[in-house]
Amino acid sequence: MKRTKMTRRARNNINGFLFALPWIIGFTCFSIYPLLASLYYSFSSFNAVTDPKWVGLANYQNILKDMLVWKSLKNTLFMAFVSTPINLCLAVCMAYIVNKSFRGKGAARTIFFMPSIIPVVASTMIWIWMFDPTYGMINTALHWFGIQGPAWLNNPQFTKWALLLMGSWNTGTTMLICLAALQDVPMSYYESAQLDGANAFQIFFRITLPNIAHILVYQAILNVINAFQYFTQVYVIITANSGVKNTTTSGGPANSILMYPLYIFYNAFSYMKMGKASAMAWLLFIIIAILTAIMVKVTRKTSEVAGSE
Amino acid sequence: MNNTTKSIQYYRIVRIIRKVLFYALVILLCTIFLSPFIVMVTTSLKTSADAFTIPVKVLPRKWVFTNYPAAFEQIPYMRYMRNTAVITICCVAGQLLITPLVGYSLAKIKWGGVRIISALLMATMMIPYTVTMVPIYRIWSKLGLTGTYAPLIIPSFFGNSFYIIMMRQFIMGIPDSLMEAATIDGCWELKKFTLIVLPLTKPALTTIGIYAFLGAWSDYLAPLIYINKPDRYTLSIGLQSFFNLYTIDWTALMAAATIFVLPVIILFIFFQRNFVEGVATTGLKA
Repeated sequence: MKRTKMTRRARNNINGFLFALPWIIGFTCFSIYPLLASLYYSFSSFNAVTDPKWVGLANYQNILKDMLVWKSLKNTLFMAFVSTPINLCLAVCMAYIVNKSFRGKGAARTIFFMPSIIPVVASTMIWIWMFDPTYGMINTALHWFGIQGPAWLNNPQFTKWALLLMGSWNTGTTMLICLAALQDVPMSYYESAQLDGANAFQIFFRITLPNIAHILVYQAILNVINAFQYFTQVYVIITANSGVKNTTTSGGPANSILMYPLYIFYNAFSYMKMGKASAMAWLLFIIIAILTAIMVKVTRKTSEVAGSE
Repeated sequence: MNNTTKSIQYYRIVRIIRKVLFYALVILLCTIFLSPFIVMVTTSLKTSADAFTIPVKVLPRKWVFTNYPAAFEQIPYMRYMRNTAVITICCVAGQLLITPLVGYSLAKIKWGGVRIISALLMATMMIPYTVTMVPIYRIWSKLGLTGTYAPLIIPSFFGNSFYIIMMRQFIMGIPDSLMEAATIDGCWELKKFTLIVLPLTKPALTTIGIYAFLGAWSDYLAPLIYINKPDRYTLSIGLQSFFNLYTIDWTALMAAATIFVLPVIILFIFFQRNFVEGVATTGLKA
């Protein structure tokens, strides 16, 4: 009896391992090995053809001295911490709207969600055309109200705001998650608040918001992490401005949209400084890990507070 | 009496005003969210002269369809489309083949690796692509496979954390009792999987297939890094050929973009529920 049990466990182990084997191989080749290799690369110097040579901390010293690293980090931090509150507020508002019952609710949900599945290259191209200073739709619409619109993508003061506007078009996924969270708030909470004579604002800030806070913090973390990976949009915009693919190393007007991942990409594949690129990537990894840890801690606190209320 | 009818009337008016304002807000938001689509389609139906005339009109002054054939002529559109389709089909096939296997292993087989793999699945999603980008490039370069589609397709045959988590959640919902009968009959694990579990995973497979399609169809960074011959470009890279011209032909480019986006929108209309489920069940972004 005991022996059959043992063999069954062994069999389960073999079966489980074999079924998961594709992922285990993939994880080894495409996650854990590259992660460790990248750490080693960050202490060495090489390009696409040569083999890595150990150079110690030289790459990291190089980063500290490179003004563009700091510029790109600043741009990325700006995007992360300005886009996150904007997108979350918009997503909550939209979720709040489509959570009400009204005619055309389904259509509104579809319209709000659809932009987030459009290929980024296509949507960026549409937006570049919309941002055209003279013939673009945005400045045309502003003109209807007598406002002279700026040269969005050519004026370093406005480029990031153009990116933020573009990004807020893609809040559909966050909206859906907020909607699911809103629907999870028990109706009885609202009913008892209404009996107590609370008004709509009180209900929203005292009941709705605390009950979806944990989801919001989680979405905020994802939004920040995504902002640190912001690449395609700026690369397409820069290619549209400079014309030729794969040869540009521009950071947009006055380097105002030189994002951190973009600068890593330039270092790795244009300047062929793959060691420096790896060091930059590890710096990014550490920043993301710290931010995530902080935000997770904040989530625990907010959910505790919400729970105790 | 008179007073109460007055106040009832007052509340009725307030309610109507609130309703009108609410609808106005919804319509305004919807218009804003639709405007890029509208601009894309209407620009593709304008003549170049029309698109570059002030004042800019939303609708074409003269409706033309010549931009669509022009888009196919200006860049080798059909070739790019075929390249993209080949890559996409292979990626979807890979994900559909692998995901149920791994999901089954984590959901229904009681073995020692379940907990650690489940934790690692979450962890891998936190690794920024910028960190793994250079070493993975070196792997493909050592294998002499840069410039081919291998770096774009082969990773799909090793599963994707996001899809595996989705599939694991789904298979967990399949009652054990369905499989116990098979266990008593002495079925092999693989037989149990293919005969009992796999047919039931169809809804999850549909959702994963759609997400995999979307991911491969829109992928930008991988083709940008690995594909350097123009005749091997995918659509997302190839569309940028429009930028090489001295002035960008926006009407043709918008026509090209419309055709690029169309399969995605059609897919979305038919499988809207799967899209929503994919977001809601995992609460994660793809």
